[in-house]
Amino acid sequence: MSSLLEVSDLRTRFHTAEGTVFAVNGISLHIDEDETLAIVGESGCGKSVSMLSVLRLIPIPPGEIVTGAAIYSGHDLFKYTEDEMEDIRGKEISMIFQDPMTSLNPVLTIGRQITEALRAHLPTDQKTAEDQAVELLEKVGLSDPRQRLKDYPHQFSGGMRQRVMIAMALSCSPSLLIADEPTTALDVTIQAQITELVAQLRDQYHMAIIWITHDLGVVAGLAERVVVMYAGLMVEEAEVDDLYEDPRHPYTLALLAALPRVDRRRDRRLKSIPGAPPNLLVEPHGCPFAPRCEFALERCKVENPPLTEVGRSHTIACWVDIKTGAPR
Amino acid sequence: MTDSQPLVIVENLVKHFPVTRGIVFQRRVGAVRAVDGISFTIDRGETLGLVGESGCGKTTAGRTMLGLYPASSGSVIIDDHDVCCAKIKEMQIVHQKAQMIFQDPYASLNPRWTVNAIVSEPLRVHKLIPKDRERSERVKELLSLVGMSSRLVNRFPHEFSGGQRQRIGVARALASNPLFIVCDEPISALDVSIQAQVVNLLEDLQDQFSLTYLFIAHDLSMVRHICDRVAVMYLGWIVELAERNELYEHPLHPYTTALLSAVPIPDPKKDRARRRIILPGDVPSPINPPSGCRFHPRCPLADDRCKSEIPEWREMAPGHFVACHKD
Repeated sequence: MSSLLEVSDLRTRFHTAEGTVFAVNGISLHIDEDETLAIVGESGCGKSVSMLSVLRLIPIPPGEIVTGAAIYSGHDLFKYTEDEMEDIRGKEISMIFQDPMTSLNPVLTIGRQITEALRAHLPTDQKTAEDQAVELLEKVGLSDPRQRLKDYPHQFSGGMRQRVMIAMALSCSPSLLIADEPTTALDVTIQAQITELVAQLRDQYHMAIIWITHDLGVVAGLAERVVVMYAGLMVEEAEVDDLYEDPRHPYTLALLAALPRVDRRRDRRLKSIPGAPPNLLVEPHGCPFAPRCEFALERCKVENPPLTEVGRSHTIACWVDIKTGAPR
Repeated sequence: MTDSQPLVIVENLVKHFPVTRGIVFQRRVGAVRAVDGISFTIDRGETLGLVGESGCGKTTAGRTMLGLYPASSGSVIIDDHDVCCAKIKEMQIVHQKAQMIFQDPYASLNPRWTVNAIVSEPLRVHKLIPKDRERSERVKELLSLVGMSSRLVNRFPHEFSGGQRQRIGVARALASNPLFIVCDEPISALDVSIQAQVVNLLEDLQDQFSLTYLFIAHDLSMVRHICDRVAVMYLGWIVELAERNELYEHPLHPYTTALLSAVPIPDPKKDRARRRIILPGDVPSPINPPSGCRFHPRCPLADDRCKSEIPEWREMAPGHFVACHKD
C-alpha cells in the first residue's frame, strides 16, 4: 500500500536578526491512508514547523525550505504553484491549531467562517453552504447549531471553539487532518471530549490524522504510530505499543521516566533530564541530545547517528544500545 | 504552640468579585463567586494539592489565602497570624512567612530588573539584610540553592529559559525564609523534561527547609506524585479531600471520578482498555452557579435532591471528606 503523504529529508530554516534558526534538520516520514500518526516532542523541536512546511504555511522570508519533498498522492507539494496549493489546503489536507481563539476571526460570525471554507472549495450557494455548516456543527456536538451560526467566536468556550475549528477542518472531507496540539489549551475533561470526538470522526470520515503534541499521555490511546522529535530531528519512530513498552532511544526513555503516573502510587523521585534543549541558532553537530544523555559516548558528540532499524517498523537515531550501554 | 497544630487553617473562606454596570455610577449587579466557602488545614511540612479545572477558583483561593485579594468573609490563619483581619504590620510578618511561586515565569519577573534585584526584593522589603554587600551574598547563596550559577546575578529575565526563570521565582520565594509557599501551577508552563527538574527541586527544598506547600495544579498525575493530601475544587467549592492514594484509588465524588478518568495514561494498552467518563458541557458560570449541588448539571448520577439541596461536607472514611448526596 502506498503512503498518503511521504515527506523526505525536509529541512526548514529561519533567517532572523539573531542568525539562522535550524528548525527542522532532515525529517523523513510517511503516513498511510486511515492511519493516525503522532509527532511528539518538546517546544522548539520542530514538530509544528515541519508540518507547516509541508502545507507551505511557513512565511518565506524569513523561513526557507532548504531541501525536501512532500509527496502527496503522487505529486510533490513543494512543486505546486500557490494556486494549486490553495486547492490542497482545507480540501485535501486540513489543519487545526492549538489556540482556537487566535485561529478564528473574532469579527466574523462562525457561520460566515464555515461557509467561507465550504464555498472556497466547493461549487455551492450560500443557502446550501449554511445547511452544510449546520450539519457539520451538529456532527461536532454543538447544540442548537442553526442559532449558533450567528454567534461570534467570543461567545463560545474554549472547547466549543475547538469543535468549531474541527467542523471547519472537516467541511470538505479531507483525507488528512493535521492536528497541532489541539487539546493543549483545554482542561482535562474537555480534552477527553475533544480526543473522543476526533477519534469518532476519524472512523466516520476515513481520514488519516497527524496529531502533533508534547504530551505522551494523550497520544497513547489515540495513535497507531509515534514519531519522537528532538532539535529538529527524528530520534525514534515506532508502533505505539512498542514505543511505550520498549523505548530504544535515550530521549524517549528519559521522557517516559520524567512523567508521573495518575494510575500508580509514587515509588520514586521523578527522573529529570539535566540541562535544556539545544540552541537552534547553532547548526547541530553530532547527536543533539548528547549533552543531556546519560549514555553518550565520544562518537555521539561528533557524529550524528542515522535512523536505523532496530525492530519491526521501529527505528532510532542513536549510536548506543541502551540495554547494554555499549555501542551498537 | 505545638507542632501538632496545623500551620495553615482556612475556615469558610469566601471571595466574591463584584460585577458592576455603568461607568460613572457603578451599580453592583452580581458577583463572581470565585471561592464560596472553603475550609481545610495544612500541617507543617505537608504538601496539600488543590486541583480543578480552569475557573474553579483554585488560584483565587491561593491568592486570597496570602492576602493578595482581600477575603469577602471567612478566616485564614497562617502560623497564628490571621491574614484576613491583619493590620499592615502583621501583614508584613505574614508575607515574610508565606510566599508564592507563580504560574507564568515570563510574566512574574520584572523584565527591567536584574536577577539580583528580583531575588533581593523580599530582603529589602522586609529589611532582613540591610547591607548591600551581604544582601548580594545571600542572593548568590539562594541562586546556588535552586541550582543556578551565582555568576548570573546581573542578567535580565529575558536571557533565561522558562525552567531557569521558574528557578529564579523559587529563589525569590525562598529569600525571606518562609514557612509556607503557595505554588500556583509552577510547572504547567514548562516542558516535560524541565517539569521534573523543578518538581524535584521543590521537593529537595521542602526537605531542606521543612517547607509547607499548597500546590495548585490541574495536572492530576503530578499532584499524585508530589502531594500528601489532595483537595478537589469545583465552581468555588471543595467537593472532595483525602490522602492522595485514597483519593486516586477510591474517589467518592462523581466529579473526582470523571476528572481522574479523563487524565491520559502514557500506556497505550491500559489507556485503550479503561472506561472514560466523558462529562457533558463546560463548567458553568460562577456568576450564576447552579442550585443545589453545583455539579448536578454535568453529573451522571444527579437526581431531584441534587438540584435543590446543597450537599453536606461528610467524612466517609478517616480523613476522607466529600460533599455529595450519593453514597
